[in-house]
Amino acid sequence: MTIARFWRETPQRYNLGGSRCSSCGSAFFPPRAVCPTCPEHRRSLGKMEPLQLSGEGEVYSFTVVHDPAEGFEMQVPYVLALVKTPEGPILTGQVVDVLPAEVHVGLRVQATFRKLREEGKSGVIHYGYKFAVAREEGREPVAPEGESVPEPRREGPRPART
Amino acid sequence: MRDVAVLGVGQTRFGELWDRSFREIGIEAGFSALTQAKLGSHDLGALYLGNMASGAFLDQEHIAPLILDYAGLAPHHLPGIRVEAGGASGAVALHQAYLAVASGAHDFVMVGGAEKMTDVPEDLQLAITSAAADQEWETVFGATLPALWALIARRHMQEYGTRREDFARMSVLAHEMGSKNPRAHFRNRITLDQVLHAPPVAEPLGMLDCAPSSDGAAALVLGPLELARRYTDTPIRIAASEVACDTLALQHRRDPTTLDATVFAARAAYRRTGWEAKGIRLAEVHDAYSISGLLALEDLGFVEKGAGGSALRDRSFGTGDTLTLNPSGGLKAQGQPFGAVGVAQVVELVEQLRGEAKERQVPGVTRALSHNLGGTGATAAIHLLERVN
Repeated sequence: MTIARFWRETPQRYNLGGSRCSSCGSAFFPPRAVCPTCPEHRRSLGKMEPLQLSGEGEVYSFTVVHDPAEGFEMQVPYVLALVKTPEGPILTGQVVDVLPAEVHVGLRVQATFRKLREEGKSGVIHYGYKFAVAREEGREPVAPEGESVPEPRREGPRPART
Repeated sequence: MRDVAVLGVGQTRFGELWDRSFREIGIEAGFSALTQAKLGSHDLGALYLGNMASGAFLDQEHIAPLILDYAGLAPHHLPGIRVEAGGASGAVALHQAYLAVASGAHDFVMVGGAEKMTDVPEDLQLAITSAAADQEWETVFGATLPALWALIARRHMQEYGTRREDFARMSVLAHEMGSKNPRAHFRNRITLDQVLHAPPVAEPLGMLDCAPSSDGAAALVLGPLELARRYTDTPIRIAASEVACDTLALQHRRDPTTLDATVFAARAAYRRTGWEAKGIRLAEVHDAYSISGLLALEDLGFVEKGAGGSALRDRSFGTGDTLTLNPSGGLKAQGQPFGAVGVAQVVELVEQLRGEAKERQVPGVTRALSHNLGGTGATAAIHLLERVN
């Protein structure tokens, strides 16, 4: 993915900024310019408002990936999930800092800011959200070696050192 | 709109065709179809060519004129139109060709579907085909097509009590059928145990739940039904040709365990013909993944929503069943050259409806359905075919 393509979506991938339709109240992530659920969806143009996701959610479905996506070769096997947020939208993302066998549908998770992948040794590094087990599940999040765990913030994940 | 018939079909063998070029396989399939239809190249009004990713696989775009050129048709200056809809590229090309003949814009047209995938390594094949998913909101986070289908599978298990071995049976069926198909990529039979213990790809899906990447091409010649008798004794009428779309990303679906694009396209096709799912005895469904075959059973209306697992447990869906699935071997065994799949499904069904499918023949069928998907179901294309007596 080119620098411009990735950079354009930075506010959403870093800060979980979605949108809400001011007519019908439907919530979307990533943000949409037009509301697909309004019967007169053309009228929602220009009426979509910013929505900050909390980063909380629960595993709606998951898989353990052994045949990786490009750039994820070093992470195999990794857990990929659909995460349902309390605000409504479902997000696709990795569940990390947990053994694959401990992941189940309904597991409560919290978004965390991480390195996603890098394009070769000298290429662009992509950052964005992954999901860690929520603290109320009774587990302390584990940081990658040599890193500290950032305090979770209600208004959404903030960049942590990766 | 006038009735449209298939006058001729052609198809290459599917597999790792390392000794053959893209243009070679495209021309072989096209000329087979043209010869069978007893038409000359000068009779054709247009070429519609389904192909997903020739640029990524071969560094070659602009392939419709390429195929026309090497078929010797450059001096005729026909319109050549490439159609891309991920794994549904072939059936969507057929849809365009159908509309061109039905509307009267053209009398005779060629539909091609071709993909040359195995010239590049497997990890690159996975990256290229996964671009049919949302690159900005799915694959960037580590998703691949099999991983996304695995998410569908897990949720289906959660909601409906579907067992992992239920959808594994789709692959066993595919290889059983494919063993009789001389064009198939794989002609070996496999057991349920082998599917369950194959190396994992994206759990619960393993290697034998996933159709291969293949090279191959398929072609059809279409014409108006009113002229069809001049060219063939067994014209096959296209009773319905329907395409429907849904959100590109799985995460945005109304219900990730139902492919609404399939439901809508099927509903439109049944409404157009007055046919009902329970009256259809033969279908080629999109089993790119074992779970996608299971979903097709439900979303096409062959079984109730959620009953796909128990249906695969209780029934064979083989030649002896009241519904026979994928006599070609499906995508799993016959092979999966992305842009050719939707066209090849119709090649198989036309041969079945004519009674020319030899060892694979399903006895006494007069109607059939084909179902072709792009991505995780953002595009679904459905064709209903009927033998005209």
